[in-house]
Amino acid sequence: MAYYEEDDLQRFSDIAKHRPDLFEKFMAWYQACQEEGALSRREKALIGLGVAHALQCPYCIDAFSQSCLEAGSNMDQMTEAIHMASALRGGASLIHGLQAHNSVKKVSM
Amino acid sequence: MSTVLPVIQPALNPQPRTETDFDEKLAAHGIELRAAKVDTLQVNVGKLCNQACKHCHVDASPKRTEIMTRETAEAVMDTVRRFRIPTLDITGGAPELNPSFRYIVTEARAAGTHVIVRHNLTVMFETHQEDLTEFFRDHGVEVVCSLPYYLEQQTDAQRGHGIFQKSIIALRRLNAVGYGVDGTGLVLDLVYNPVGAFLPPAQAAIEADFKRELLSRHQITFNRLYTITNMPIKRFLDYLRRSGNEERYMSKLLDAFNPATVDGLMCRNLVSVDWTGRLYDCDFNQMLELSVAAELPQTISDFDPERFAHRRIMTGSHCFGCTAGSGSSCGGAVTVS
Repeated sequence: MAYYEEDDLQRFSDIAKHRPDLFEKFMAWYQACQEEGALSRREKALIGLGVAHALQCPYCIDAFSQSCLEAGSNMDQMTEAIHMASALRGGASLIHGLQAHNSVKKVSM
Repeated sequence: MSTVLPVIQPALNPQPRTETDFDEKLAAHGIELRAAKVDTLQVNVGKLCNQACKHCHVDASPKRTEIMTRETAEAVMDTVRRFRIPTLDITGGAPELNPSFRYIVTEARAAGTHVIVRHNLTVMFETHQEDLTEFFRDHGVEVVCSLPYYLEQQTDAQRGHGIFQKSIIALRRLNAVGYGVDGTGLVLDLVYNPVGAFLPPAQAAIEADFKRELLSRHQITFNRLYTITNMPIKRFLDYLRRSGNEERYMSKLLDAFNPATVDGLMCRNLVSVDWTGRLYDCDFNQMLELSVAAELPQTISDFDPERFAHRRIMTGSHCFGCTAGSGSSCGGAVTVS
């Protein structure tokens, strides 16, 4: 058994076989978030692409790569969004280095 | 439907997947697809082209020999004059390579018909085409140019190596004679096609990008940008099959079906003519050899706009390409997204 099946993305709504009321609520929220608003669809798609990489979700990466293209983004813009998410992940790890420093300091002479 | 969410929505409403689904889909929405009028004759004067673009639904190239004869061109012009056709939309191939091209444009303009030429930008660098921009200007032709993206990499990936740089020079030449320049009345429109197996972005958004980027990078101006969906026909269909994208792309088109697009479909106000003079509901049907309904005249010599005005439209699975998302036509998106 493979852990990620590409076709599962198309079958996402199978989740609704159980507690469909919860999935319905999720979808209403999910779709409302992506409508054009104070942010454009393109900006939202690029945010989605960045988050998808931070989460390392292959389904989301696939879906939001397509969404970015269909919002008119090019590879430079998409790659910048990916770098932004990755840099934030790196920074978030690195800042925890101070926790380590603090921990070491606490027990050191 | 949000174009940002292309992959989850379909599963909520599973869609049919067979060749005959377009009519069924319309029927399910209570829609009967019929023409509303005929105000445009779209004439494909041949498959000869100086380019061989990867998405071309015509399969046009420098090797093609199918080209409209002068006799057929004269039959087209007789029809334009007799019925005072408001708009003549000339396409190909590269229509300028047809020896009768300038005859058609000149005669149509003399008859008071508005003329649109679907121009690939690079044909003006071919032999005997050096004065093309001046010819367009002198005849008040509306020029609709193919430029799939404002960057070189994407444009050359679809249209061939070196095409972007030539296209930029061509656009500057068109600007230089007044095309796309405020106050001249000379209309220069661009056409965006996705460079791959995905749907176009919102037309207004990508038009704003093109205007900003072409002006800042190349000092180029233009009037409107039309987004056109790639049709799963001929060379683009070959690409879909070779790249393993056919099923996914067709699903995408089906899932993005938007009934609000049907009113604005181009088949509702134009008739398409092929290089032999045969008649079709659109250029895509023409490439599939799907002629107008059997009860109608089949050739330009027998054309009668009254009989075609409210005709039933012949359809196929490719029609989902025109009804996906914001819709698609030779005049771009058909609904505001």
